[in-house]
Amino acid sequence: MSRLPIKKTYKLYIGGAFPRSESGRTYEAQGQNVAQGSRKDARDAVVAARAAQPKWAGATAYNRGQVLYRIAEMMEARLDELAELATGRDEVEKAIDRFVWYAGFADKLAQALGSSNPVSGPYFNFTVPEPTGVVAIVAPEEPPLLGLVSRIAPAIVGGNTVVAIASEQQPLAAIELAEVLATSDLPGGVVNILTGFRAEIAPWLASHMDVNAIDVTGAEGIRAELEVAAADNVKRVVSGAIDGQSVYEISAFLELKTVWHPIGV
Amino acid sequence: MSDVEKRSAPVPADWTYAPAPESRDVVTIRESYDLFIGGEWVAPRSGERFATTSPATEEHLAEVAQAGPEDVADAIAAARQAFGPWAALPGSERAKYLFRIARILQERAREFAVLESIDGGKPIKESRDVDIPLAAAHFFYYAGWADKLEYAFPNRTPRPLGVAGQIIPWNFPMLMLAWKIAPALATGNTVVLKPAETTPLTALLFCDVLRQAELPPGVVNIITGDGRTGAAIVDGDVDKIAFTGSTDVGKAIQRRLAGTGKRLTLELGGKAANIIFDDAALDQAVEGIVNGIYFNQGHVCCAGSRLFVQESIYEPTIEKLKKRMATLRVGDPLDKNTDVGAINSRMQLEKITELVQSGRDEGAEIYQPPCVLPEKGYWFAPTVFTNVAQSYRIAQEEIFGPVLSVLTFRTPEEAIEKANNTPYGLSAGVWTEKGSRILWMAERLRAGVVWANTYNRFDPASPFGGYKESGFGREGGLHGLQGYVDLSA
Repeated sequence: MSRLPIKKTYKLYIGGAFPRSESGRTYEAQGQNVAQGSRKDARDAVVAARAAQPKWAGATAYNRGQVLYRIAEMMEARLDELAELATGRDEVEKAIDRFVWYAGFADKLAQALGSSNPVSGPYFNFTVPEPTGVVAIVAPEEPPLLGLVSRIAPAIVGGNTVVAIASEQQPLAAIELAEVLATSDLPGGVVNILTGFRAEIAPWLASHMDVNAIDVTGAEGIRAELEVAAADNVKRVVSGAIDGQSVYEISAFLELKTVWHPIGV
Repeated sequence: MSDVEKRSAPVPADWTYAPAPESRDVVTIRESYDLFIGGEWVAPRSGERFATTSPATEEHLAEVAQAGPEDVADAIAAARQAFGPWAALPGSERAKYLFRIARILQERAREFAVLESIDGGKPIKESRDVDIPLAAAHFFYYAGWADKLEYAFPNRTPRPLGVAGQIIPWNFPMLMLAWKIAPALATGNTVVLKPAETTPLTALLFCDVLRQAELPPGVVNIITGDGRTGAAIVDGDVDKIAFTGSTDVGKAIQRRLAGTGKRLTLELGGKAANIIFDDAALDQAVEGIVNGIYFNQGHVCCAGSRLFVQESIYEPTIEKLKKRMATLRVGDPLDKNTDVGAINSRMQLEKITELVQSGRDEGAEIYQPPCVLPEKGYWFAPTVFTNVAQSYRIAQEEIFGPVLSVLTFRTPEEAIEKANNTPYGLSAGVWTEKGSRILWMAERLRAGVVWANTYNRFDPASPFGGYKESGFGREGGLHGLQGYVDLSA
């Protein structure tokens, strides 16, 4: 007797768990029923991201680097599955290498972006980069995996936590990535992934008062609307590389803190 | 009396000083000012003008032009025309212009300082020792970057953005002008700058400096006007907006620029916590508290307007603070002895008065040292509120005046939680003799500038700017260049 295969239910990834949309809705994409995230799901994801943020930011940079590298290891192990859901092996390999590249930057950020400032007076003065907090990401529609990874990796390497909206038409690679993340060492809530209609979900994130930055790289068509909402709490609006990596992709999600102290006896 | 008794004796309220006014002779104020566009003085096409007055005496100082939409378009066009050649100049040549400007500012420092105090009401001591020297230093600092940008942005070819529209506030008119113009020019951008409507005179005098320095026409255009002028700049054909001012206006600008692709940096309001631990050097801390909130009449976005005192030292701290407040001399901005000058405008005075009334109404206890305020002009006595709850408006809203709200805490964790409980995040102060605690606190305070065992220090080499609703982008230091360059190449 031939075995009946087990079919996967495609769900959201919030706080390290895989809930269905609280709305109970699904939509069809890539021939599958995928969870159609709602406003409430977006808010739950922000709560999870906020809860996870202090500990993630408080981890040593060395530790964050290792966690990112571990993600790359887990992706490599699922290369075939990811390739099937994304545009192919080339995209997946690039996405894996992206995580590796950013992993190695975790403990170099303060050197690359910080400074010791020669002020005129008897003061020690230094500037250090710090995470901005919770980052909402509207991932590029395509490539579905590399685009998402290229936006998530620079955000989390600096200690931010993320709520990302996956590619609307090709969300399956993002869900596969969520399974990778769930089985890596990344603490729950550091990356949360929503599937659904971006025009429905993204405005809630853009106007959410507990979100510090919004990445509109993939927000084709709704960008202006999101940027207007972002002004409600002076969010940092980021637009970055879909297929590229640099220290400035990271610094776009960082704040700079300058500390003064007198020198004396 | 023994020395100790003398030192701790309260200062009598009638302890007057002989007036020591700075001479106004170094300043010539014209009757009327046009717009500075393309290196020329141009009458406003709008035909409108408005008056600028001295907030200390309410005397009429001059008529200035109200730049209308056409005037703004002209200024932007002049900047656009100047952009190509200016950006193409070798950095070393751009640097020389900036060095020239810095030197001329130093040479004419007295003139600028006196004019700043006349037009804005700030004590001459501050404009002479802080505003103008720092403004010159900013030009000098960024001059040196103009031909060294490859060191600031390794592996990148930083390119200028184009025309920068810059809108600045009235609390540090010349200093804010320098913060805006110096990095923009160093990186090869050209500028349209609008000074605040209540303090346009030093920016207009600065146009003379630009001519003296032989800066190519159109590289810097200075146009005066109210919020309508600012809005026209924001909507105009500019590539970048740099704004310093209130959070409300900052949000409006961010909304207005949505979807345009124009770059934006915002330096907005604040409600800084100044945190005093029980092991702090208390006399120094009290100096820091006073400097933190009464410097420049509290018209400072990074003012330490929320004082958090550890419970165990609450009483001695307040006692020393009140004693110190009684020695502050409020009055003529041009008097070299003056510590606290005039409130910048009637509107601002009304805002302060309203918020202070809300503090009384909500149940806080007010203290103002005895001081005689001049009859004419806009004045507000240094004020401290005790018995303040976190929810009171005076503990939440930016007052932008010489008004301090005192709260208490027991543990460092509590101090952090209370200090960060605000939508703002511009600056903070920490006073403790324990080094590890300073760094622990500094790490947790959500603010762009943390002053430890000091307050209100500024330097061109030190980046300044906020977290959260205090804005984004940095001014000063290497990081201050980033808001004016395109790094995509």
